[in-house]
Amino acid sequence: MNNMLPTPQVAVRCSKIVKEFGDGESNLRVLHEIDAEFAAGELSLLVGPSGCGKTTLISIIAGILSTTHGVVDVFGQTVTSLNGDALSRFRLHSIGFIFQQYNLMPSLTAAENTSVPLAAAGIKRHEAIDRAKAMLGKLDLSAHANKLPSQLSGGQQQRVAIARALINAPRLIVCDEPTAALDAKSGHRVMELLREVAIAADRACIVVTHDSRIFDLADRIVTMEDGRIVPSPTDPIGAHR
Amino acid sequence: MNWIALRMLTGDTVKYIGMIFGVAFSTLLITQQSSIFLGLVSRAATTVVDVRDANVWVMDPRIESVDNVWPMPATALQRVRGIDGVAWAAPFLRSTTTIVAPDLPLQTASLFGLDDASLVGLPTTMIAGRRADLAAPGTVMMDEGGWQFLFPGETFTPGKVVELNDRRAVVVGLVKAGVQFNSQVSLYARYSTALNYAPGGRNRLSFIIAMAEKGYSPAQVARNIETATGLKSLDSKAFAKASSDYVIYNTGIPVSFGTVVLLGVIVGIVIVALTFTLFVRDNIKQFASLKAIGVSSRRLVGMVLLQGGLVGVMGYALGLGAATVMVTMGASKSLALRGFYVPIEVAAFAAIVVALIISAAGLLAIRKVISTDPATVFR
Repeated sequence: MNNMLPTPQVAVRCSKIVKEFGDGESNLRVLHEIDAEFAAGELSLLVGPSGCGKTTLISIIAGILSTTHGVVDVFGQTVTSLNGDALSRFRLHSIGFIFQQYNLMPSLTAAENTSVPLAAAGIKRHEAIDRAKAMLGKLDLSAHANKLPSQLSGGQQQRVAIARALINAPRLIVCDEPTAALDAKSGHRVMELLREVAIAADRACIVVTHDSRIFDLADRIVTMEDGRIVPSPTDPIGAHR
Repeated sequence: MNWIALRMLTGDTVKYIGMIFGVAFSTLLITQQSSIFLGLVSRAATTVVDVRDANVWVMDPRIESVDNVWPMPATALQRVRGIDGVAWAAPFLRSTTTIVAPDLPLQTASLFGLDDASLVGLPTTMIAGRRADLAAPGTVMMDEGGWQFLFPGETFTPGKVVELNDRRAVVVGLVKAGVQFNSQVSLYARYSTALNYAPGGRNRLSFIIAMAEKGYSPAQVARNIETATGLKSLDSKAFAKASSDYVIYNTGIPVSFGTVVLLGVIVGIVIVALTFTLFVRDNIKQFASLKAIGVSSRRLVGMVLLQGGLVGVMGYALGLGAATVMVTMGASKSLALRGFYVPIEVAAFAAIVVALIISAAGLLAIRKVISTDPATVFR
C-alpha cells in the first residue's frame, strides 16, 4: 500500500554530520555521524532530552553553525559548502526562523518586525511594510500591526514571529521551542497555525521541542539522544511518527 | 536596513540621549576651551597684527615676544633706515603704564609711542577723533574696548583727562584695536609724548617698524637688517607667530587648557564608547537574530556605523552650537572676553576628535557584532 503513495520530496538530507566543540583535551563531540532526512510537505518534530544535540543539529541545518564533518542539503542546496555572503543569502531566502523568545525588536512595530527579512532583501520600506501587514492579516493580527511587541500578548508575539519567518516565502521553517512559553491551548493554536501556513508540498517545517503536548500535531517525530538519532522500529534512519 | 538601525538606536531613549550628551559635552569642552586658549594666545600677537602699515620689525636680539621689551639705542633707527631694501623705518615704543583717574581703580595699560610725524603703527580704524588730534601735546588715543572697560556705559567725548606716570593725558579719540595679552586697555600717543608716560632709562626705543621696498620680501629685508646691524629682525608674520609661541612655550596656559581639552576627549571616549558598547551589547541578541535571518556582516557593520555616525553628528552639532553660543555670548557680554570666537580650525579639530571617539566606540561595537555567533539565537 505504501508503495503506491507518491514519494515525498526530501527537504533536508543530513549525511554523516559530526559536530565537535573545543580542541585537544577540551574537545567535545556533540553530534555523532548523524544521518537524517526530513520530507517536504511535512511538519517534523526534533525531540529529545536537554543537551542531546537537537539545537546544534537544527543550527547546522539552518546554516548558522558549521559542521566538523558531514554534508547538509536543503532542497538540493548543499548548505555546508556555502560561507560568507552566500550563506547569508541562502538563509535570507530559504530559511524562516522562529525563536523560542520570539526575538522581536522592541522598538519596531509588529508590521515593521515582520518586514525585517524583506528589508534585508533590499525591498523598500513602504512596500515591505505593506506586504508585512498583508501577512499579519493572514494571521489575524491586522488590528495589532502598529503595536510594539511590549503591547502584545505572548501568543500574539509568537504569531508576529511566525509572520516574520514566512514573509520571504522560505522553503524551510525552523522553530526552536515555539510553544515553550505558551499555555497548552495557545501552543496548540500556534502549531495548528504553523501547519496551515508553513506546510506545502514544496516546503518543510522542523520544530525543536520538549513539549509533548504538541506531539500529536506532527507528521514525523525524530528523537535524539546523546548526539545520535534514535532509530525507530519502523524507520531505520530514526524518523518516525 | 538603515531605518531599522535608526529605530534600534532611538528605541532606547536613555542610552540614545546619553550617547548624544556624551559627544555634545565632549565637543563643548574641546571647542570652548580651545577657542579661549587660541583667543588668549592670539592676544600675544595683537600688537604686531594691529600694525598694518609696516611689515618688518627690528628689536634687541634677546627679545622673543612683542610683550617682552628691551630697548635699543636711538642710533639704531638711522642704521636701519640706511639698509638695502628698507623703504622707510619708524620708531615704535611699547611699554606699560598705570592709568589713574578719579573714581577708578588703578588700571595697567599698554602704551604705544608712534612716530611723531607719520603716526605709523596707529590702528587704521578710527572710532572717534582724528589722527591729527594726537599732534596736540599731552594727548592720547584709547582703544574702544579699553574705553568701555574703564568707563562702562559712558559715551565717549574728547577731553577725558587721566593721569599717566604722574602726568596729565587727554584722551582725544578712540581706535579699534585688538585686546592685548597683558592688559585690557591700550593707549596710543606720539613717540615724544609717550616717552613722558612710560617709565624707563636712557634708551627707550622698543622696536623699529619698517616697510620693505618694492621688489624685496619682508623676510629678505629682515635678514639684511640682521646682517648689517646685529639686531634681531623679523617680518610681521614671523614676529606674530614668535610672540604667540612665546606664550605657548613659556607659560602654563597650554597645560591648563590642554588638560581640560584632554578631559573632554576622555569624557567623550568613556561616556560614548561605554554607552555605545553597552547599547550594542544590550542589542546583541537582535544583531544575532538579524545575522541568523540572513543580514550579512557587512550590512550589520553598516548599521552600527550609521548608528555611531548619527550619534556623532547630532552630539557634535549640539556641542558646537552650545560652545559657539557660550563663546559668542561671553565675548559680547564680558569685556574681558571680547574678541573671542570659535575659529573654523577649532571646529574642525573637534570634528576630528569626535570622529576618532565614534570610531573607537564603533570599532568596539563592530568587533562585538562581527564576532557574535548567530547560533546564539537558539540558546
